[in-house]
Parts: sequence; C-alpha cells; structure tokens
Amino acid sequence: MRLAEAWRVALDALRANRLRSGLTMLGMVIGVGAVVILVALGTGTKNEVQAQVEGLGSNLLLVVPGQVSLNAAPAVSRLDQSDLDAVIRVAGDRDRVAVSLTSGENVRAGKEQVFTSLLGVLETTPKVFLRDVRAGAYLTRTDVETGRRVAVLGSSVARTLFGERDPVGQQVTIAGVRFRVIGVFAPLGQSLGVDRDNEVHIPLSTAQRLLATKRVDAFAVKAPDAETIDRLGRDIVAELQRRHPDEEFSAVTQEQILGVLGDILGVLTAVLAAIAGISLLVGGVGVSNIMLVSVRERTREIGLRMALGARPRDIGLQFLLEAVLLTTIGGLLGIAFGVGASLATAALSPVPAALTWWSIALAFGVSCAVGIVFGVVPAQRAGRLDPVVALRTD
Amino acid sequence: MTGDAAIEAIDVARTYALDGVSVSALRGVSLTIAHGEHVAVVGPSGSGKSTLMHLLGGLDQPTSGRLRIGGRDVAGLTPAEMAHLRNATIGFVFQSFHLLSRTSALDNVALPLVYRGQGARERRERAALMLERVGLSHRIGHKPNQLSGGEQQRVAIARALVTEPAVLLADEPTGNLDQATGAAVLELLEQLNTAEGVAVVLVTHDREVAERARRQITMRDGRIVDDSAAADGAGTGPVTGDASGEVPR
Ligand SMILES: Nc1ncnc2c1ncn2[C@@H]1O[C@H](COP(=O)(O)OP(=O)(O)O)[C@@H](O)[C@H]1O
Ligand SMILES: [Mg+2]
Repeated sequence: MRLAEAWRVALDALRANRLRSGLTMLGMVIGVGAVVILVALGTGTKNEVQAQVEGLGSNLLLVVPGQVSLNAAPAVSRLDQSDLDAVIRVAGDRDRVAVSLTSGENVRAGKEQVFTSLLGVLETTPKVFLRDVRAGAYLTRTDVETGRRVAVLGSSVARTLFGERDPVGQQVTIAGVRFRVIGVFAPLGQSLGVDRDNEVHIPLSTAQRLLATKRVDAFAVKAPDAETIDRLGRDIVAELQRRHPDEEFSAVTQEQILGVLGDILGVLTAVLAAIAGISLLVGGVGVSNIMLVSVRERTREIGLRMALGARPRDIGLQFLLEAVLLTTIGGLLGIAFGVGASLATAALSPVPAALTWWSIALAFGVSCAVGIVFGVVPAQRAGRLDPVVALRTD
Repeated sequence: MTGDAAIEAIDVARTYALDGVSVSALRGVSLTIAHGEHVAVVGPSGSGKSTLMHLLGGLDQPTSGRLRIGGRDVAGLTPAEMAHLRNATIGFVFQSFHLLSRTSALDNVALPLVYRGQGARERRERAALMLERVGLSHRIGHKPNQLSGGEQQRVAIARALVTEPAVLLADEPTGNLDQATGAAVLELLEQLNTAEGVAVVLVTHDREVAERARRQITMRDGRIVDDSAAADGAGTGPVTGDASGEVPR
C-alpha cells in the first residue's frame, strides 16, 4: 500500500468518529499547550532576569560582607571609610568603585510623603552602574567631600512628591533634615524584585552623619574588562580579609549571579515542563486506549482488508498513522493554543513570556513521538489478527 | 495437470485447539481446482465447508497435508506472503457481503487494488469497469446502506474480480438474499465463469443451485464423501490460457 493512501485511510477513520477523535485530541492539546506556555514563561522570566542583571552595567563585581546566598540574611557590615580607601587602592581608580550605605527613610515635600531606600553614595555611581539622570545633575565629588545636603531622586519618588512639577531646586525633608534636590533619575523599572525608581541618593558623608554611623554596606567595582574581573575580585576580598581577619567577604560577578538565578529558573522550568509532560503522558495513554477500542470495533474491517491482500504491516501502518494523526493534529492545535496564550500573556500582563522555536519544534516532535509510542501496541495488535477469526467477528 | 491447477490440496487437515480439546474441522481432504472450473460444495452445517474455503483461499494454513495455491506451496509462507498470494490469485465473496460501510461502491470495488500499490486513477477506472460488468454503473457513488442486498453482493463480486483472480471463492453468497435476488447473483457468477474464465467455487445449501455447477463436492464430518469430478474423470471444465498461477513478487 502506498503511504499517501495509508494517510488518507487514517484520516477517513478519524473523520468517521469526529467527537471521539476530538476528545482524544483534547488531551494532547492540553498537554502540548501546557508545555509551550510553561516553557515560554520560563524563558521569558530568564530573559528578563538576564536583561535586568546586564542592565546594571558591564563587568561589575559586587563586594559584600559575609556569604552571598539567597537564603541567608545579609551580614551586618563592619566596613568603614578606611576600607573604602583600601578598595579604591586595589581597584586603582576611584571612578571604578561605587559604595552604598542603605537605610529605609521617609522623604517629605510639603504635604506629600514617601518611604524610600536612602542610599549614601559616592559621585562615581553613574560611572559604575548604568544610571541616567533625567533632570538636573548627579552628585559631585565636592558634594561628597564636603557632606552637602543635596539629593538625587528616583523617578517614582519625584512623581509622588512633586507630580508634574520640576523637583530640581526644590526642598525635601529626609529623616527630619532638609535637602536640596539637584537631580532626578530616568526611570529604570524593577530589577530582581526591587523597585529601582524608589530610591534617593545623597552623598555618603552626609548619610553617615544623618544616620550617625561610620559604616558602609557594600561595594561595587567595575573591572576594566572581563578577563581581569576574577583576579580583581580575589584581590579585593584578600585585602578586606587582611584588614578584618575574623570576618568573611565575598565578591560576585554578574555572570555568577546570572548563573545561580539561571540554575534556579532552569530547575523551575524543568519541573513545570515535567508536570506538563505528565498531561502529555495521560493524553498518550488516552490515544492508546482509543486505538485499542478502534481496533476491536473494526476487527471485521481488518479481516476483510487482510482477505483482500493487506499485509500485517499495511494494517499496522494504518492504525499507527491514525494514532500519529490524532497526536499531531492535537499537538498542532496545542501549539496554536500555547502560542496564542503566551502572546496574550506577554501582551496583556506584566508576566514575561518568550516563545522559542526550539520549544515549538520540540512540542511538535513530542506529539509525533507520543503517537508512535502509544500507537504501536494497538497497531501491532491489529496487524497480528488472524484474518479468519477477524472476518467472523461481529 | 498438476502444474496447471489453480489450487491443489493433498490430504489436507485442519484441527482447532479449543480449551485443550482439539476439534478436527477437516480430516484429510484432497482436491484440485482447475482453471475455469465451476464447483459447488454442499454438505450439512458443520461439515467443514467454510474451513475448506478458508484454506483454499489462503486465509488459513492447514495443520497437515500439502496445499498449493496458484502453483505455490503455502507451507512456511509468512502472513505477508500469504496476503500477497491472496491478492494475486483469489477473489472472495462472503455471505454477509463485508463491504466498508462509509465507502462508496466504487472505492469498495477498488480496495484490493490499494494493496497492489496501484494509483487512485487506475484503480477507479478498473473499479468502474467492474461495476459496469456486474450491471451497477448507475450505483457507482452509492454507499452500501443505499444499496439493496442483491446490489451489495454484486458490488462484492465486482470487488472479488477487480484483481482478475484465478479463483473466485463464494461461501454461501446467497445466504442473506431472498430467492429471486439470490438467483440473479448466482446467474451473474455463472456468467462470469463462462465469459471471464474465472474458476468459481461456491458453497451452497441449495441442491438445485449445486446441480447447475459442472462439478459437485459433498462434504460430511470434515471429509469429501462425494466428488462428481472423480466419477466423470478429473479436471473437467475449460482451462484458460491465462494461467495466472505465477505470483508476481
Ligand atoms: N475457529 C474455530 N475454532 C474451533 N472450531 C471451529 C472453528 N472454526 C470451525 N470450527 C469447527 O469446525 C467444524 C467445521 O466448521 P465449518 O467449516 O464452519 O463448517 P460449515 O461451514 O460446513 O458449516 C465445526 O464443527 C466448527 O464448530
Ligand atoms: Mg460455513
């Protein structure tokens, strides 16, 4: 029998039982659709995290006391100004080093008030991180060295406090002390779950006075290039270790952060895909079941075809193609459904979803494979029927 | 004579194993069907007529004895080879027609050609010719449920002949038809036998029908108890030039 003929026979058989074929396909539609959607969500999230981490700047090294771990609370810092000077010495250039002293504070302007992250920083911040000032200017070295009470507002802080008015030159009150606004950041959005537009930067020295502390919390160092970044990290950690022998420090690169987050998201995606895979398995079992019923129902037809010259493999092929058609048509509908749902999710909700060709190709391949795997037993059973017995069946 | 026979059975037996008990449906049957012969097989129910037809048609393998179909010994043939042999040599007509219900008369008739790998156009042309031959040109597109019993059996006969088989095996072809319709179907079979030279082996309960055949075989308890050919001298009936015994491989 010609293959084209076998396809036609299989398609006719499916058409003859539309409702049953449709219901059997539904299992595949759901399974394949779920795989496509979940892979799109996983990929979208991964892409977004990557964009956020890369959006910080390039060749960044984050230096913090204690271990970098996602489930441990950040260690309390014992670092101070002299450590900052030491790190700048190791880095070789003040412009490569950013520092922060962070505290949650209320900021007021007139009747408006907002709770923000207050960061005491150096004037080097925009040289280390990618940060644009939309209006006014950033802090200067003089601001930092003389401890001026000047502030640069994040875009959402500016909007809450001043609405459409220009905040530059206006006064704000931070922890009861008056500051002059000298600049406003361009909006940045979320980064790793933190609203980076809800920040206020003031000079480090001013912040230390305001918070009555000498400490700094963390450093960020921009390496000249990707090759030197690991050695620079080790040098800085070694220097800090020498200065504080009974404490631990860590330096992590963006790549390491991406690696850790990527692993977590990868596992998450795999788990979700496996759950979706189970529904594919259930769909496949449904196909197998229906095909066995179909073989039984059509035993007489099988006997007749054999009497007329169909070989066991012709009969087997007919039923195998029927199973493959069920799963691939179901799979294609599932892909359409998954692609549609992913596009709708990406367009209509803040949840990221990114379609990849490989996941669609994989879903299609898996659909075919499910048809073959779950169709092969019913097909063999059909092909092995004894024509005399089959013809007598009623 | 042996080389020319369409089907040749020598001491063929068929035993069924049923729950550990063996039932002998055929107990040593020898017979030769020559090309172009017209044979009627009669005998009481359960005497092994259908079992014999299954063996002669290559649907089943004998438990013992030798069986040659179209010049080919069936011993040791795989199911695929048997299928090929059936397609090349045998046409079946069943009591219950066995037409595909969702398929037109034309495509039912063309079905055996599908398993020869013939293209759709060629199949349809040949099938249309066969339907014309059995007088059903006007029913080409009809589904079986739109046809009378007699018409359905004529479609089945057209299907059996579309492959130009050496032998047409008809197991009680009129069993599901009324008297008049049955007679018409039998007449058609006789006519095809004479005109096309296809050997016809017909199982029937009807003595009168059997008498119209040139050769009658009577069975009882899995044995041939009477064969008119043995009396008249073996190998009656015309032998066609087309000894389609050779199975194209
Ligand atoms: N598949 C089978 N299994 C067991 N016994 C069978 C089978 N087919 C036929 N027989 C038995 O073989 C005998 C002959 O049957 P069959 O050839 O159908 O007779 P007929 O067609 O002459 O009525 C019967 O006794 C029947 O019960
Ligand atoms: Mg019978």
